[in-house]
Amino acid sequence: MLTALYIMIGLALVLGVALGISALAFKVEGDPLVARIDAILPQTQCGQCGYPGCKPYAMAIAKGEADINQCPPGGDAGAHALADLMGVEYKPLNAEHGTPKPKSVAFIDENVCIGCTLCLQACPVDAILGAAKHMHTIIASECTGCELCVAPCPVDCITMQPIAETLDNWKWRYPVIPIKALPATGSNAPL
Amino acid sequence: MSSIIQFVTRLIQGQSPSTEVHKFNGGVHPTGHKEESTTHQIAKLAIPEKLTLPLRQHVGHIPKIKVQVGDHVLKGQMLAEAEGTVSAAIHAPTSGTVAAISDALIPHPSGLPDMCVTLVPDGKDIWTTLHPTDWRNSTKADLVANLRSSGIVGLGGATFPTHIKLRADGKSHIHTLVINAAECEPYITCDDMLMREHADEIIKGIEIVQHLLGAETCIIGIEDNKPEAVSAMTAASAALANTSVKVVPTLYPSGDARRLIHLLLGIEIPHDKRSTDVGVQVFNVATVLAIYRYVVFGEPSLSRIVTVTGNVASPQNFEVLFGTQLTSLIAAAGGTGKDTTHFIMGGPMMGFDLPSSEVPITKAANCIIAATPTLFAPPPPAMPCIRCTRCAEACPVNLQPQELYWFSKSDNFEKAQDYNLFDCIECGCCTYVCPSNIPLVQYYRYAKSEIIAANRTKEAADLARERNEFRLARIEREKMDRAQKHAERAANIKTETSKIEENVAALKTETEKAVSSAGTDEEAQKLAKQAAIAAAIERAKAQKLATRPAEVKSADSQENPAAASDVKTTAVTDEQAKQDKQALIAAAIERAKAQKLAAASAGQVPKNTENISSSAQAEISEIDTLREKAKQTISSKESN
Repeated sequence: MLTALYIMIGLALVLGVALGISALAFKVEGDPLVARIDAILPQTQCGQCGYPGCKPYAMAIAKGEADINQCPPGGDAGAHALADLMGVEYKPLNAEHGTPKPKSVAFIDENVCIGCTLCLQACPVDAILGAAKHMHTIIASECTGCELCVAPCPVDCITMQPIAETLDNWKWRYPVIPIKALPATGSNAPL
Repeated sequence: MSSIIQFVTRLIQGQSPSTEVHKFNGGVHPTGHKEESTTHQIAKLAIPEKLTLPLRQHVGHIPKIKVQVGDHVLKGQMLAEAEGTVSAAIHAPTSGTVAAISDALIPHPSGLPDMCVTLVPDGKDIWTTLHPTDWRNSTKADLVANLRSSGIVGLGGATFPTHIKLRADGKSHIHTLVINAAECEPYITCDDMLMREHADEIIKGIEIVQHLLGAETCIIGIEDNKPEAVSAMTAASAALANTSVKVVPTLYPSGDARRLIHLLLGIEIPHDKRSTDVGVQVFNVATVLAIYRYVVFGEPSLSRIVTVTGNVASPQNFEVLFGTQLTSLIAAAGGTGKDTTHFIMGGPMMGFDLPSSEVPITKAANCIIAATPTLFAPPPPAMPCIRCTRCAEACPVNLQPQELYWFSKSDNFEKAQDYNLFDCIECGCCTYVCPSNIPLVQYYRYAKSEIIAANRTKEAADLARERNEFRLARIEREKMDRAQKHAERAANIKTETSKIEENVAALKTETEKAVSSAGTDEEAQKLAKQAAIAAAIERAKAQKLATRPAEVKSADSQENPAAASDVKTTAVTDEQAKQDKQALIAAAIERAKAQKLAAASAGQVPKNTENISSSAQAEISEIDTLREKAKQTISSKESN
């Protein structure tokens, strides 16, 4: 009876120590769930979700404070992916947070720009190049199309331009079978 | 079992395995249609009225334009130079004037325009200075570096820049050079005709390539439907040791590099490796000829052989300058017959429909087919997949096309990649055999381009995340720096103001002492005034200190250019305020002096004092008269 008790206590101690050590040795830095949610989000950093960026929104989802359907740039596919990850029912995008738009980049009319640096401060990814009283310009390849620079501009010289289809981003289309109208014959001619 | 028997019989017969052709799985036998275009010799097309040279004629980076509109260029002069590692140069195919550098329609399945250089030939066809190389006495590195400006790309249709394939990467030794002359696609005969007419030059090109690669042996793989080419090449290859011609059975797609290596050498290259990893490099015959012409004569890549066939009056091969409009090529072939619906570039298996007949011939254009509904009947409507797996039997890459179709159709791209979608060579065998007429390859192309686009979006998102995180970290760091500076400044001010307060207190006690010890009222007053002035100076010092934080802010703003502009304006206003203050102080001092003087001279009570002397009063009256005078002069001046 006692031997069995000792064995069990001994086992509990050994396993407890092993678990304690492994908890320290294999400690996961940060919240892996937040990182996984953040990986799905489009990193536009536009704040349309009501949070100051994609990471804060990811943290809010992880905490259960925010819904999965607040990210218009992520689109329907993003909402589906978030629903899959969080194990919740898919919800269509909440129109309160805006609607998905075709991907665009900001464009500064350099003749109008006064070099006020306000857009520089607004850009969440430092994609605007310029200095005080010098012309500013957008680094198109870094621009996420968040539109945050448009509102602060005092001279309204920033416009959003949808990305045109070029040979670099052209994609093969989904195969479709064209529907052809057959020439009307006597038997099946419309009456 | 049968393979073991074959192996044993081979051993008994003493046949070396290298002469054996190793069959690959799958493949199809489409009707050849090659005889139509091999009846005529290769004709040289006259210089057209206009040449449109797209910059995008090869795989890799767009070359950089070196000419301007209006420039006169000579034949062989470089128009655009290779930029980046994987890139190729573009040369003027004849002498003439650069008429435009603008977007124009190019032969691409998208039908989108792209940047082109338009050249109007002057008809003189004057060569620029050419630089032939004595390749036997040059270093390999120099030769390969020279080839970068040759503009030569894989002329089999893949258009991969050739100089990259010849570069010694130092990792693998190339022991075998394979010359791809299989030309397995129906209708195409450009390589066949080239071998019939230029076998000797091709062999000379092989010698150069073999030298550059350091390959011990060379095998020329030709399909058995080209007996004339086989005999011409066999005769020519006798001049070169270790070079042999190997005839492979006609089977589509034996012209695919990996399939040909398998056929000739029995080596199956792992799907994630290149042929160079197993010591084999493959070149197309036309490419080898282009290398020969560049190295020995210095002629860059200016033209290619194009098969014009299908519904044209006289199907044949032409030597065509790059940039020639398709319409003039078709006219040279006798024009199209009626019912021609569109043109196909490349073969019927892997080619694509051209968006218009107003496109130029590029380095990739090996064949142009005028299509009619009778030659290429529109595919009947696709039926559901019946899982017959005929596509799997036909697939030369041993994929499971039916699974890939399933996943591509349902946008399940992850699963499609698990089934090695990217190993698909888009040869079209599966579509060819499908009894349900499903356009399988179109689905794979769709899935591939969607995956590539998704990967690009993912990369862009990762970059955005990184930049955003860096920005937030930077803002945090700047905030911390500023807070630290403020704290330091505040501590300094505190110690200094406490010192001043001490001084003020000391002054107060001193004056109190002095006032109590002073004999007369006047003395006491003077002392009190002095003390008040000293205290005021100390207070001014303290105030000045208090305004310092603003200066600190302006110092901060130098690091933060964003805030610089508004701080500048505040600095300006601060300075003005300071000046104003100084002026006020000076005026006050003047007034005080005057009062003092008046008090001393008159000994009488000024406006704000009890007793003032008569002399002081006299002075006051004098000053008053002076003031009056000044006022009068000012008013008179104003009236004038």
